[in-house]
Amino acid sequence: MDLQIALLLGQDGITNGAIYALLALALVLVFAVTRVIFIPQGEFVAFGALTLAALQAGKAPGTLWLLLGMGIAVAAIDLTLAVRRGTTRRIPGIVGWNIVYPALLAALLWLVKPASLPLLAQVLLALAVVVPLGPMIYRLAFQPLAEASVLVLLIVSVAVHLALVGLGLLFFGAEGSRTPAFSEGNLEIAGLTISGQTLWVVIASLALIVILYQLFERTLYGKALRATAINRVGARLMGISTVMAGKLSFLLAAAIGAFSGILIAPITTIYYDTGFLIGLKGFVGAIIGGLASYPVAAAGAVLVGLLEAFSSFYASAFKEVIVFTLIIPVLLWRSLTTRHVEEEE
Amino acid sequence: MARAGQVALVAFLLLLGAAPLTLGEFHVTLLNYIGLYSLVALGLVLLTGVGGLTSFGQAAFVGLGAYTTAFLTTAELPAALDGLGGSPWLALLVGLALTALVSAVLGWLTLRLSGHYLPLGTIAWGISLYFLFGSVDFLGGHTGITGIPVLEVFGFGLKDPRHYYYLIWLMLLGAIWLTRNLLDSREGRAIRALKGGTVMAEAMGVNTARSKVVIFVVAALFACVSGWLYAHLQRFVNPTPFGLHIGIEYLFMAVIGGAAHVWGAVVGASVITILKQWLQDLLPQIFGASGNFEVIVFGVMMILVLQRAREGLWPLLIRWLPQPAEGTPPVPIAAALPRRAVPAAGQVLLEVRDVVKKFGGLVANDRMNLQVAAGEILALIGPNGAGKSTMFNCISGVDGPTSGEIRFLGQRIDGLASRDIARRGMSRTFQHVRLLPTMSVLENVAIGAHLRGKGGVGAAGLHLERAEEARLLAEAARQIEHVGLAAQMFEQAGSLALGQQRIVEIARALAADPSLLLLDEPAAGLRFLEKQALADLLRRLKGEGIGILLVEHDMDFVMGLADRVVVMEFGEKIAEGLPEAVQSDPAVLDAYLGGVD
Amino acid sequence: MSAGPILEVRDLCVAYGKVEALHHVSLQVEAGQIVTVIGPNGAGKTTLLSAIMGLLPRSRGDIAYLGHAASEIEIERMVAQGMTLVPESRALFGEMSVEDNLLLGAFMRHRLGHRDQAETMDRIFEIFPRLRERRDQLAGTLSGGERQMLAVGRALMAKPRLLLLDEPSLGLAPLIVREIFRIIADLKRTGVAVLLVEQNARAALQIADYGYVLETGEVAIEGPSEALEDDPRVIEAYLGLGGKH
Repeated sequence: MDLQIALLLGQDGITNGAIYALLALALVLVFAVTRVIFIPQGEFVAFGALTLAALQAGKAPGTLWLLLGMGIAVAAIDLTLAVRRGTTRRIPGIVGWNIVYPALLAALLWLVKPASLPLLAQVLLALAVVVPLGPMIYRLAFQPLAEASVLVLLIVSVAVHLALVGLGLLFFGAEGSRTPAFSEGNLEIAGLTISGQTLWVVIASLALIVILYQLFERTLYGKALRATAINRVGARLMGISTVMAGKLSFLLAAAIGAFSGILIAPITTIYYDTGFLIGLKGFVGAIIGGLASYPVAAAGAVLVGLLEAFSSFYASAFKEVIVFTLIIPVLLWRSLTTRHVEEEE
Repeated sequence: MARAGQVALVAFLLLLGAAPLTLGEFHVTLLNYIGLYSLVALGLVLLTGVGGLTSFGQAAFVGLGAYTTAFLTTAELPAALDGLGGSPWLALLVGLALTALVSAVLGWLTLRLSGHYLPLGTIAWGISLYFLFGSVDFLGGHTGITGIPVLEVFGFGLKDPRHYYYLIWLMLLGAIWLTRNLLDSREGRAIRALKGGTVMAEAMGVNTARSKVVIFVVAALFACVSGWLYAHLQRFVNPTPFGLHIGIEYLFMAVIGGAAHVWGAVVGASVITILKQWLQDLLPQIFGASGNFEVIVFGVMMILVLQRAREGLWPLLIRWLPQPAEGTPPVPIAAALPRRAVPAAGQVLLEVRDVVKKFGGLVANDRMNLQVAAGEILALIGPNGAGKSTMFNCISGVDGPTSGEIRFLGQRIDGLASRDIARRGMSRTFQHVRLLPTMSVLENVAIGAHLRGKGGVGAAGLHLERAEEARLLAEAARQIEHVGLAAQMFEQAGSLALGQQRIVEIARALAADPSLLLLDEPAAGLRFLEKQALADLLRRLKGEGIGILLVEHDMDFVMGLADRVVVMEFGEKIAEGLPEAVQSDPAVLDAYLGGVD
Repeated sequence: MSAGPILEVRDLCVAYGKVEALHHVSLQVEAGQIVTVIGPNGAGKTTLLSAIMGLLPRSRGDIAYLGHAASEIEIERMVAQGMTLVPESRALFGEMSVEDNLLLGAFMRHRLGHRDQAETMDRIFEIFPRLRERRDQLAGTLSGGERQMLAVGRALMAKPRLLLLDEPSLGLAPLIVREIFRIIADLKRTGVAVLLVEQNARAALQIADYGYVLETGEVAIEGPSEALEDDPRVIEAYLGLGGKH
């Protein structure tokens, strides 16, 4: 291998690694706040990319129907509870977020013909459709099980993943989509051609990481999320409800996932089930960080990206085998360095 | 087992035996697949429902079994491996050995970490092996391996699915028999104790890490057998049925059927298999497109089952079966187990010297000293937060001291694991009762006798250890009578009053035949009469030559009972002596009532 | 706000599974009063506070806060209405700074639109000057006494009407216990009602207006604190002699 190829592979690895890092951060966040190991993260990647592709193709994305349907389900459950408990002051909020918002969004998509809008508007619309699915999934699948064990939550998480993959096939079909690059043109540095989209991915990922950092360090709601992760009882006693923290973390995870999908859709063809493997690679990064450390998780994810790029050169057939077998030495290392702690029941 | 249950079982077996004679080929094939899937789900029952662990990667173990036999029975093997080729039965043994090795390594790696690393490890492992099957040339890549020979049993070829049916279901019933035997044994109790947290099981001498690996390996072996059967039924293999999503479906089968019951595996496998068949016809028609849309239904169904009926379908089904008549089983009787030598009265059992325990900067125990002799009751008392529990944990091996020395029967034990300390003859109870609420009092107490038996997993599965098992249960029964709970022997431990549960804990500790008994706040939450009964029991045990270290808060309970008292405050010993002297010590009164001025 | 007691507990029973931890407990806290619940370990004191706050479900009885007995107690609403609990474990956010811990204490007030956190924090730094010195330090690195100060300070950030304190003296050296109790006594002057659960009976009775002695889940003795201070039955209850009655 010469330097040129090494640089190219490195560029590939860092691009993918940046995406895995974003996903790893979201996974660590969701796990710390809710104890849910968020397997469906990858579906948000696929949904983000495919929703954008559908909007650009002038079709109504299937995820819009999912938003409308889940909104009705959430509203039905929450309204029943609100009436039964006599907390009627909550009714406008429930109806607004779960019925009115999806309906308005559907009307907007029908009126404005997204295919002719500028890219930025298309991206925002795609996010507007996909991101609210995060908290809705939390409400429907996880909130009733908030006290369950990590194991039960993990099984539910896998079940949600399975259902979403099936829905993805239903909405978007088996064919993949690729969206046009954010900007044409490449950058030449020292004889190396860097594609514009690669730069977009890396810069946007870094920007998002900085924004997340600011969110957790500077804003009260970000601090509230961290507080819930550190001490759930303590947070509840401050009036930070577990439900709010759960929905907020799912909202962020959905946003990160969908945005990641939108970023990579111009680089690689996205199929309805592509997200799963992408999400799991973020996972390998997150596990390197012990599902607890944000910087180690992000670094681990970049490592996964690089490993993947180089193994695709040396042994492309075994690319996935190598990446997922990496978890074995990682687990060995973690099991030798972690003192076993009794899990609370 | 109750009569009604036996009738149902016999009826089920008759129906099963007659099924291929009356059903069409399509339905027999369906039953064959249900059998194969049930075998995998059965392993998950053991792992998830009983042991509280889980795996999404069982399909990969199925693949390991299938590919091992496919390769060995079809490939031209190099001369060195020639002896392994040709015979499917030999290939089964090779497959089992390979599976045992892989699962033991994977289990050992992940089970030391907290619970969710195992399933995550199995996800990665499932994907990795799936891609490996598809990309290795000698395994045929994505097209797979064809021309796998027909299985022969005593020269009789099982080519007809109706004949193969009997092999599958005999193997499944055999596996169910093994599993039930295993669960109803000394090792089985250790496995069932895993769900109650490892601290209790370890304190009773169970090597919980080993028990976890054992059930993971057993579950993998069941999957491997299923894969072997599958390969010779289909007579070709490719990677598709061994992917992660199939692994997830296996777990769904176990959970939907009822992960805590062996028959739940069969129910779950039947429901999912039949439903899948039906949905695969129906959904593409509804949606007007082809694809595996049944996963949407399975996913939603799974969420609802876990939210609404976490025990799965089996408990709901057996409500419809005739209920077994109430009757008290006979009290187990068998020859007594050998006992350890009883130390002479007055011999020092436990000696704590200058023990310091720090948590970060916090000193929880500061230069603590105490001694307990055989036939003596020493009470360790002090207000809440004084460091009594920390001291207790240091002695019992839950958490070793930072510095200092702890000797038991003259030997250093500080820093040893609690199960090694238990083996030397120290047994304990817990402040927050740690019984397994759905197990009977008898079974709970029998866990205490764990170290007095030797029967391993193999012997338990085949029920070759019945003589020893009878003696263990008889010992448990004797200890239950000893503490005066004979009337509750067959009740569920969780249905007892708190006072009785504490007594069961003492019986469990006694079943280990200890020289020293550690009791952590045994009187907390007890009513006056219960306290009196407890004190009488402890006096009797003392008379039998057992040494007792009692951590207590309730000074009155201690006063009439203890020979000596050690009082702690702020991690230090503030007084030691006879109960009456300690009671009137001003420092002790201040410690209890608080001294601000 | 009604003129009645700020908190009224009637006939409260709480059970863990089959084990009943509180049997028919009734008590009252008047506005601006310090009421203490004392009793030996395992008497059910922490359970009582958890049930009042809504951390634990009750099996029967009423808990009326500000004259209103809700059928289902939600912690969030209790916090919004000015009830704050400092638990025995302190439940600090160890990996966050002292200042962030305090800010989160006012999370609910912030949500309700109040923006007086800076002044409140200044006031708390006046009460606990040590916290001002350590405002950028992580809470997990504080000493035992400082942690308790932070726990109380964080609770005060919510400007509570009723403060529930669970064993504030637990594990603290006598000198620091004295300081904490002085501060609790001072709180009363600012109009905060306090329900103080303590094992340190003497210290608690000295600052309280009224006291209840809880024993094996039941109120064994109650009365004005001066009366309880001299009551030999209190000493008996503590040493476990109460079982003989």
